[in-house]
Amino acid sequence: MTQTQAEIAPALARTRRAPRETLQELLPKIVLAPSFALILVFVYGFIVFTGFLSFSGSKLLPDFSTWVGFDNYVRLFRHPNWIVSLKNLAIFSVLYIVICSVIGLALAIFLDQKIRGEGLLRPIYLYPMALSFIVTGVAWKWFLDPGIGLEHAMHELGWDSFSFRWIKQGDMAIYTIVIAAIWQSSGFVMAMFLAGLRGVDNEIIKAAQIDGASTLTIYRRIIIPLMRPVFLSAFVVLAHLAIKSYDLVVAMTDGGPGTATWTPALFMTKFTFGRNEMGMGAASAIIMLMMIFAIIVPYLYSELGQKK
Amino acid sequence: MSTASQDVATRNGVFARAAIYAILILFAVYYLLPLYVMLANSLKPLDEIRQGNMLALPHQWTIAPWLSAWSTAQIGVSPTGLKPYFLNSVMMVVPAVAISTILGALNGYVLTKWRFRGDTIVFGMMLLACFIPFQIVLIPSARILGLLHLAGTVPGLILIHAIYGLGFTTLFFRNYYEAFPTELIRAAQIDGASFFQIFRRILLPSSGPIIVVTVIWQFTNIWNDFLFGSSFSSVDSIPLTVALNNLVNSSTGVKEYNVHFAGAILAALPTLIVYIVSGRYFVRGLMAGAVKG
Amino acid sequence: MLRKLLIGTMLASSLVGYAATSFAAGGSVEVLHWWTSGGEAAALDVLKKKLESQGITWKDMPVAGGGGEQAMTALRARVTAGDPPTAVQALGFDITDWAKQGVVGDLGEVADKEGWDKVIPTALQNFAKYDGKWIAAPVNVHSTNWVWISKKALDAAGGKEPTNWDEFVAMLDKMKANGITPLAHGGQAWQDATLFDAVVLGLGTDFYKAAFIDLDPAALGGDKMVEAFDRMKKLRSYVDDDFSGRDWNLASAMVIQGKAGAQMMGDWAKGEFLKAGQKPGTDFVCIRFPGTQGAVTFNSDMFMMFKVGDDKKAAQLQMASDIESPDFQSSFNVVKGSVPARTDVPDTAFDDCGKKGIKDLAEANSSGKLFGSMAHGYAVPAAIKNAIYDVVTRHFNGDVDSKEAAKELVDAVAAAKG
Repeated sequence: MTQTQAEIAPALARTRRAPRETLQELLPKIVLAPSFALILVFVYGFIVFTGFLSFSGSKLLPDFSTWVGFDNYVRLFRHPNWIVSLKNLAIFSVLYIVICSVIGLALAIFLDQKIRGEGLLRPIYLYPMALSFIVTGVAWKWFLDPGIGLEHAMHELGWDSFSFRWIKQGDMAIYTIVIAAIWQSSGFVMAMFLAGLRGVDNEIIKAAQIDGASTLTIYRRIIIPLMRPVFLSAFVVLAHLAIKSYDLVVAMTDGGPGTATWTPALFMTKFTFGRNEMGMGAASAIIMLMMIFAIIVPYLYSELGQKK
Repeated sequence: MSTASQDVATRNGVFARAAIYAILILFAVYYLLPLYVMLANSLKPLDEIRQGNMLALPHQWTIAPWLSAWSTAQIGVSPTGLKPYFLNSVMMVVPAVAISTILGALNGYVLTKWRFRGDTIVFGMMLLACFIPFQIVLIPSARILGLLHLAGTVPGLILIHAIYGLGFTTLFFRNYYEAFPTELIRAAQIDGASFFQIFRRILLPSSGPIIVVTVIWQFTNIWNDFLFGSSFSSVDSIPLTVALNNLVNSSTGVKEYNVHFAGAILAALPTLIVYIVSGRYFVRGLMAGAVKG
Repeated sequence: MLRKLLIGTMLASSLVGYAATSFAAGGSVEVLHWWTSGGEAAALDVLKKKLESQGITWKDMPVAGGGGEQAMTALRARVTAGDPPTAVQALGFDITDWAKQGVVGDLGEVADKEGWDKVIPTALQNFAKYDGKWIAAPVNVHSTNWVWISKKALDAAGGKEPTNWDEFVAMLDKMKANGITPLAHGGQAWQDATLFDAVVLGLGTDFYKAAFIDLDPAALGGDKMVEAFDRMKKLRSYVDDDFSGRDWNLASAMVIQGKAGAQMMGDWAKGEFLKAGQKPGTDFVCIRFPGTQGAVTFNSDMFMMFKVGDDKKAAQLQMASDIESPDFQSSFNVVKGSVPARTDVPDTAFDDCGKKGIKDLAEANSSGKLFGSMAHGYAVPAAIKNAIYDVVTRHFNGDVDSKEAAKELVDAVAAAKG
């Protein structure tokens, strides 16, 4: 396996030394500097700012005149809505990432079978990513609403025992958010896998076929393992979408029924801007960032480290 | 395009192929359902929507909601429809996409072909920028825009969108250029080509696919943004998404759902067109590098 | 079309009849608000036209969503950037909170001249004034303890308008027996809280004051509060199972179509009934929530004025003056469904429900039974309001029982105060 992988990802030689001239030597760094400086200020500077905020007693606007220590964090973890949010994030992100990857891979494999009409199907799978959830969420909400949507339609068709009312049930509503979220991004994941599949080296497969391997075996033993980088990229994209999931929840349930579908992003926004609890909002943001970094940093480390 | 994996396909039986088609079509239905709900209801009179069944086709077809959403619906105090806001969005999106794409391309070029001590850390830090929740940068960004006298201006919006797009654009281009043969660059250097000459003459001409991916990604995200648009715009620069939100959100007024859906589809048309027209290049672009770790 | 014509006529009449204090010639006002769609936006257009006739340009900055939450988010960005709008639509304690930041303007000049102190109810002044200075101009008063009943359903249930809790329950029972959903309701936290407002008020005005205005833990966690939660549970039993997440106007539609009997909602719901061609008295009736007659919980839309440069000051004062002019108060509120924010506006242009609303407001104001609505941010600051929402909505959805809810209410309020 290692050998084939090495064959596929063309080995990269490095330029160790830039040209001699000083300007030419500095130019790359000069080109990179503005972007890096902007990122330093607008991302890392603001994260530090948020960190300070989370230890302050800020309410409506940032206010650094009162310091409350870890009070905001203590209140955060005592707040029932935050606990619900964390629980939902766990359910949501696991299901969302796993199902999106599975559907994405499956559709990509199927679509890769010399399918007639691929040109038509692909944009159909992809387009949800192009829509904003401000109104699409309403369409989903209606579709899932038993009184006017799917259940109602089934009853009209004569299937009276049909029942689908998750969005109205506190213990099930989070799963309807998963359904809509998968709808939005699984097509994108499909495109990533499709690209990966199309990049697989012909020779390996030919060789396996000559050896008499079945289609299933070829996929299971050769092609899918080759998709490892795609899995990782998909994971990163999906994980960050999951943690940032906000629009979707607001449009579909706004946290309801009760407080059953709160998520950390919703919590942060509502506390910071709706409840005038900026300090607590900042504390929740810091926890979210810690979770994001806990996922992304090891990924980066393994990805960037191995190429050194 | 390599058809390696497709060679595997040819050995499937008829039954298996039928099953595959069935599954693919089933998923197409799943993806199309919300669009159907929106389309069907945008073509109904409001009374018909109030009566229930949101999944039925209109009994009485009407395009009035579309006309209303486009040019007469109330957006704020003026009954202008969404029409005037398209241009605002375009004025903001085009430069923001262009700037972040160009910077991303240059960053990717430097980070792969002009490596220096610590470049991996720089890249890692830029990449982490993709994952920052935008709500937390709102207040400090506002302060900085205020200090720069860019608050409530189109350039201010462009700046913010360009900055928060940098992470992804740099990621895309870096991964793409990483696979580009460094020998070519070296040869050009020996021939005396400068930093920018190499970029323009060697890398750029073969960057088509990844430019498509980056532009699609950035265009979609910026076009659909609401948070920055609502906070950093002013009277003359309100973007389309904010207008759409104003159209559909009525706190204590009558909700014209048919108009809302028509408006939503209208507002999404540019991104939909971009996806449909360039969908093929999109996969090709992803294939060419964006998905590689 | 008819509506636009109506507004046009009102506008014309209000312009003719208006002998105004004039502060400005020229200038502009930038207005951040969330009345962005349909009738309420059209109603606000009356104000815009009026200002334009006085040579003042209206720069519209609408941001809708979340009952003003998005607008408040945008406002933070504007203020932080050092570029606040001239006037911002705001509610209750948000106004006080902004005033504390020292960024609001002073309307004293126009308020003194026009005698706002005398004509605007004291309960509203508590919010429109800060530190003795006028900082906001109230546009209207919505009252939230209304019940909208389908006349047909009421007749089928005996035809008698309920006057106390028991009669109300009896009516709902009959409606249930008649095979309709007795109570149309949308399960969103603020709607649940709107019900809760009425129920708590129904257990006595003193109790409402102790619980929601004074935040007395004894009232918040006491037996009466348990009873209030029990009544919420009772109300829940009259609501259909699909209620959660439903928009309030879809709930109104259920009453309009006769699928449901009654809806407890603020007076903005009237607009839905009127728009569907229904007439007050013949197609639907409006009553105060049984047991709360004589008392009113209010929610008033105000325009909070920010500190602006001298070049914009005159236009700002003119806008405030126009908002409080009796003609605008009348023409705007007829369209909006609310009642005027000043007590001396003639009720001639209003329909029966509007007339009743004006009368009730004046009465409640003079008898000291006019209270800010908890659900709409006029009783407690946002943090506490939302903490109460959390408990109420979880209880209404059956996650906790009444005793537990009362206990949680005390804790949640205490935590949010901190």
